[in-house]
Amino acid sequence: MLRFLAFRIALIPLVALGVVTILFVIFKSVPGDQASIVAGATATQAEIENIRTMLGLDRPLTEQYVKHIVGLLSGDFGYSSTFRTNPLPNIMERVPATLLLMLSSIVVMTAVGLPAGVASAAFQNRWPDYLISSVVVALLAVPNFWLGMILIAVLSVQLGWLPSFGLTGALSLIMPTLALSARLIALVARMTRGVVIEEMRKDYARTARAKGLDRRTTLTRHVLRNAMIPIVTVVGLQAGFLLGGSVVVERLFAWPGIGDLLLTGISVRDYNLVQGITVLFVVGFLLINLIVEVLYTIINPRLRHG
Amino acid sequence: MTTPVLSVTDLTTSFLLEGTWRPVVRNVSFDIMPKETVAVVGESGSGKSMTALSIMRLLPSANSRISGQITLAGRDLLALSEPQMQAVRGNDVAMIFQEPMTSLNPAMTIGTQIAEALMWHKPLQRAEAEAETLRLLERVRIPAAKARFGEYPHRFSGGMRQRVMIAMALACRPSLLIADEPTTALDVTIQAQILALIKELQDEEDMSVLFITHDMGVVAEIADRTVVMLKGEAVETGPTERIFRVPEHPYTRALLAAVPQLGSMTGHARPMRFPVVDPATGGSDTPEETSDTVSPLGSPVLEVAHLTTRFDIRSGMMSRLTGRVHAVENVSFSVQPGETLALVGESGCGKSTIGRSIVRLVEADSGSVLVDGEDILRQKGRALHAMRQRVQMIFQDPFASLNPRMRVGDAIAEPLLQNGLADAAGARARAADLLERVGLPPEMSRRYPHEFSGGQRQRICIARALALQPNVIIADESVSALDASIKAQVINLMLDLQESLKLAYLFISHDMAVVERVSHRVAVMFLGEIVEIGPREAIFGNPQHPYTRKLLAAVPVPDPARQGRRRALNNDEIASPVRTLNYVPPLRQYRNVSPGHLVSMAGDGA
Repeated sequence: MLRFLAFRIALIPLVALGVVTILFVIFKSVPGDQASIVAGATATQAEIENIRTMLGLDRPLTEQYVKHIVGLLSGDFGYSSTFRTNPLPNIMERVPATLLLMLSSIVVMTAVGLPAGVASAAFQNRWPDYLISSVVVALLAVPNFWLGMILIAVLSVQLGWLPSFGLTGALSLIMPTLALSARLIALVARMTRGVVIEEMRKDYARTARAKGLDRRTTLTRHVLRNAMIPIVTVVGLQAGFLLGGSVVVERLFAWPGIGDLLLTGISVRDYNLVQGITVLFVVGFLLINLIVEVLYTIINPRLRHG
Repeated sequence: MTTPVLSVTDLTTSFLLEGTWRPVVRNVSFDIMPKETVAVVGESGSGKSMTALSIMRLLPSANSRISGQITLAGRDLLALSEPQMQAVRGNDVAMIFQEPMTSLNPAMTIGTQIAEALMWHKPLQRAEAEAETLRLLERVRIPAAKARFGEYPHRFSGGMRQRVMIAMALACRPSLLIADEPTTALDVTIQAQILALIKELQDEEDMSVLFITHDMGVVAEIADRTVVMLKGEAVETGPTERIFRVPEHPYTRALLAAVPQLGSMTGHARPMRFPVVDPATGGSDTPEETSDTVSPLGSPVLEVAHLTTRFDIRSGMMSRLTGRVHAVENVSFSVQPGETLALVGESGCGKSTIGRSIVRLVEADSGSVLVDGEDILRQKGRALHAMRQRVQMIFQDPFASLNPRMRVGDAIAEPLLQNGLADAAGARARAADLLERVGLPPEMSRRYPHEFSGGQRQRICIARALALQPNVIIADESVSALDASIKAQVINLMLDLQESLKLAYLFISHDMAVVERVSHRVAVMFLGEIVEIGPREAIFGNPQHPYTRKLLAAVPVPDPARQGRRRALNNDEIASPVRTLNYVPPLRQYRNVSPGHLVSMAGDGA
């Protein structure tokens, strides 16, 4: 188990290096000259050449690549035209807001999705199941930006209950979290329902009932433990969605996170900013996967010892 | 007169199917006296398991309905509320199931699962419950009980898991134990252990047992009284000894006639058909020995020499090679045209791997397999395909080995078309012809597999194997999944085909009684090696190797008169063929007992 963990952790820098390399190649091959973007529309040819030399863009690609990697390792993300300097401090400043949003979304997703799925399974083909299943389908069908706009229109504009933008306290967290987690709540609920129903039919659940356990205890003590194994796997795979979804949701709610910053970077073609945030996303994704794998081995005894 | 522990009166259980209530158990009545063992015996679909689940009230309430009376110690179980019934389950009546591999919660330690039963019904502290659990584990003779308390089910073999189930069932000292086919999924030597254990614990606990089974041998071994079920009804009830001696109902007679009896072949040299039973009267004809189909002279159709197949075990994240399964180790034998050689042994002995290695479904490590003098292990491409036509296989599970989306006629015709031996019309005609040969109407060729019963599907698989006119058929546990009466019919068909087509069979089976009936020669396998091989009469009449003797002794005998003969309790597990990397298999020496009867001189480990 420890060896396995060490192996997975050792893999992270390797995968990150691969992704950074691919990103480098992509950014080098997209059309547009970085030096002229930085210099601005009114710059003269001499000024552009000057900036090109300053940013090292006239050096051979291999040299630029090595410099890029070394820079990333030492925290130098390159010259950002938005901030007119290394964007790392500005990016890091925005990380907590994004983490907060993701964390609250994960909490809501589990706290709502899991019980909803279990209830749906326990009342299979009766009205609570139909009700939950309808809501689930609706949530799966609704795009998060649309849901976000409806939330703003109703809860902020019409009722005036919640602030419509920014991170201004606990209340301001509610709507972005709902918008970001809606799909995942539905996904977890649907998955949980299916898995729990399947597990309830298994022989060991019958054994538990034959012991005299009631349905409820059979469900909570025996079935849920086994159902968690596939649920965690699927939820883990969906974690990437949180990162992607945060970009749209943050922009919509003017959330001071890195997703919002990424969109800004893209709109002004600030390559180094975009590249830096993407690297951060990749590392974040790998870490989430690692956490999922650790969770997976904790709940599945067959993986803990062969 | 003593009152019965359990009294079932007019039990009828129905299921709601497409809007109508269909009874699966009809008007079944029987009593179980204190300390008595009652067997409910029947074939699949007879309603025997439904009877057991009805008593436990474990059927889904939404689409099932139970009527009649089930009285346990004076209380009508059907009148109890669900919470009252929960206090009965696991406490007054406990149940164990057929599949020990899936009946335990894989994500909970076995100790916790047993302790849970105790703590649910009794006001025990955790420590008290754990101490009692340990005592239970020792009572069901799980070696090193203390160390294994905190282990998960996947670390236990099937037999050991069934012991855990028994410990769990006995936890609250129930007055009645319901055992639903508890030994069906186990190997025969393990089955013997579990049966002996249940008997012993029953005596110690003064407990009654309701034993559900399809196996008349097990019935004879364990039951005081027997209920025979057919299509949801109890057709005959009585003392086991009487049911075996003077069966009254035609179905009981048919069931008994279809039971292969170990030792019934003494004095017969050749295989014998099963008696054909008239289901109306239960009377049966007296079967005769098959004609002599073996050509002893001339070259063998199949000659296996020094066959060795091993599987690598890789573990860890680097997939390092950590061990090897020595599935087949230096095995040699030959089969003459028209002869049946049986390979017998328990799970993991390598018998199926031999069959698969011969047709190269798995690749052997070394050795040779000569079919009509040519080595199949050294063929490639077209030549290999051509050789495979001469050796065909029939598998265990007739449900899984037919493509559900292919008409059976097409399934039979496919090998012909694939090998370019016939055009579409020719293949169709041949398929119809083959269906007739295996006793099915040729019109059925347009149907799909789900429209057939298990026995019929196995006939279809036989027809498919025959399509290429092979010389040798490898039958890998081909009748093991079938009910006794169907099993008898399929074996009779195989014997008929052997007579008319001079087929040679490699009959792979764990069932000693069936093997005795069908084979000319027998090879007994243990840990990948043949420990004894010889003419059928010699192996069954004069077994030499300790493992052969052990195997034969473990087979339940359908004769209640021998019930008193109590076996010594043991808890040996089936040995494992997994070896370390540096394991060098010892060279085996064989001793010649009589002409053709060879015994491995390495007798240890068996």
